[in-house]
Amino acid sequence: MTGHRLTVDPIGCRAHGLCAEALPEAIGLDEWGYPVLANGPVPPGLVAEARRAAAACPALALRLRKVH
Amino acid sequence: MTTVFTPMARTLPSHRLDLATHERTHGISPLAAFSGAEGRRRFVAEVGAADLRGRGGAGFPTARKLAAVQGRRAVVVANGCEGDPLSHKDNTLLTLAPHLVLDGVQLAAQAVAATEAVLCVHRGSTAIASVLAALAERRDPVPVRVAEIPPRYVASEESALVNYLTTGDARPTGKEPRPAERGVGGRPTLVDNVDTLAQLALVARAGADAYRRSRTDLVTVSGAVRSPGVVEVQAGLPIADLLVRAGGAAEPVQAVLVGGYGGTWLPWAATGTHLGAVPGIASVHVLPVSACGLDFTTKMLAQLAGESARQCGPCMFGLPAIAGDFAALLQGDADAVARLDRRLPLVTGRGTCAHPDGAVRLGAAALAVFRDDVTSHIRHRRCLTRARRAA
Repeated sequence: MTGHRLTVDPIGCRAHGLCAEALPEAIGLDEWGYPVLANGPVPPGLVAEARRAAAACPALALRLRKVH
Repeated sequence: MTTVFTPMARTLPSHRLDLATHERTHGISPLAAFSGAEGRRRFVAEVGAADLRGRGGAGFPTARKLAAVQGRRAVVVANGCEGDPLSHKDNTLLTLAPHLVLDGVQLAAQAVAATEAVLCVHRGSTAIASVLAALAERRDPVPVRVAEIPPRYVASEESALVNYLTTGDARPTGKEPRPAERGVGGRPTLVDNVDTLAQLALVARAGADAYRRSRTDLVTVSGAVRSPGVVEVQAGLPIADLLVRAGGAAEPVQAVLVGGYGGTWLPWAATGTHLGAVPGIASVHVLPVSACGLDFTTKMLAQLAGESARQCGPCMFGLPAIAGDFAALLQGDADAVARLDRRLPLVTGRGTCAHPDGAVRLGAAALAVFRDDVTSHIRHRRCLTRARRAA
């Protein structure tokens, strides 16, 4: 089954927090402003939003990957 | 009545072996027997059949690592850094049996068709003299150089070593690209702990079946035992029996820390288990009843927080916060437990290396094993031992 999964590059992430604003359904922020991702693949209905969230990251640390 | 098990010490001799005594003890390294493409395949199969796993803490199957390194001009990195303050086995091994490690380096180099090997130790390591003397005695097909790594805990993490040897920056870079694909200088790289490499040398000599039957572990035992140090014990020995090999408990024991600074606390009642069942390096620290496990853990967490490479937010901010919560807990701050309940589960898996995961494992295990001390610290601002003594 093919799906999509979000990953954060923890070194690249600078805690801008834009991802959590773009995709609050799947991304929360910890108390220091770093993203906490929901477990598992991105629900199919949120893939377009997830792609926008990844594109919104100023540090290019959030990625949406296809998984098989 | 317990039976004291005295295995034939196979890996660690009682004093340093030079090349002549090494070869008298173990025989000449069977490098030629595993040469050529067919020999390499046979060697990897033998290591697989021996079920050899990495002895640097991660426990990954060594045969799979060997098989993953493909391509030209590969590099072998022998990791002898041993950043954990509760482990001395690698340093002891390099000091007493350097040729066993170097035999393993050559066997591994042959198996992955490497043209170069680097033996890494921390800067100022006491094992350097022994290693250099051993290298001067040998005529190896693959040249081995010694690299001194900055004395930071995470500098000996696999990707940090590769990064340091390539760029001079000793910070972890993450899981991708894997060293097997693009490692030192962009070349396919095998990174193995020096203890693992010594075991390779034993597997090559004994064969998988005999090796499995007589397999031993090198374990660092510290704390409240009569003879702290590195012991060689039969693999799978219960932790309680392992302590007997270190002279036995020097005073009544309340708990043991297994796996080093990123390890797990076990109450004394749980020491019937064996080391392989607990994640982390082969290290046992024995905490006597007279000491406070929370106090000990707080100091370790502060050290771990200070050792962060400060690259990833959850580690850079999370570890000092967690260490601070433990310090507050010691002073009787009742809210610290709630903060830890929230913070501890939030950090694991969110750094580029496993450094924060180890700190969380340590903290979570301490809260579970020293639960009564937590209550005592909050009520009386001191641990159970001191509260009892004062009563």
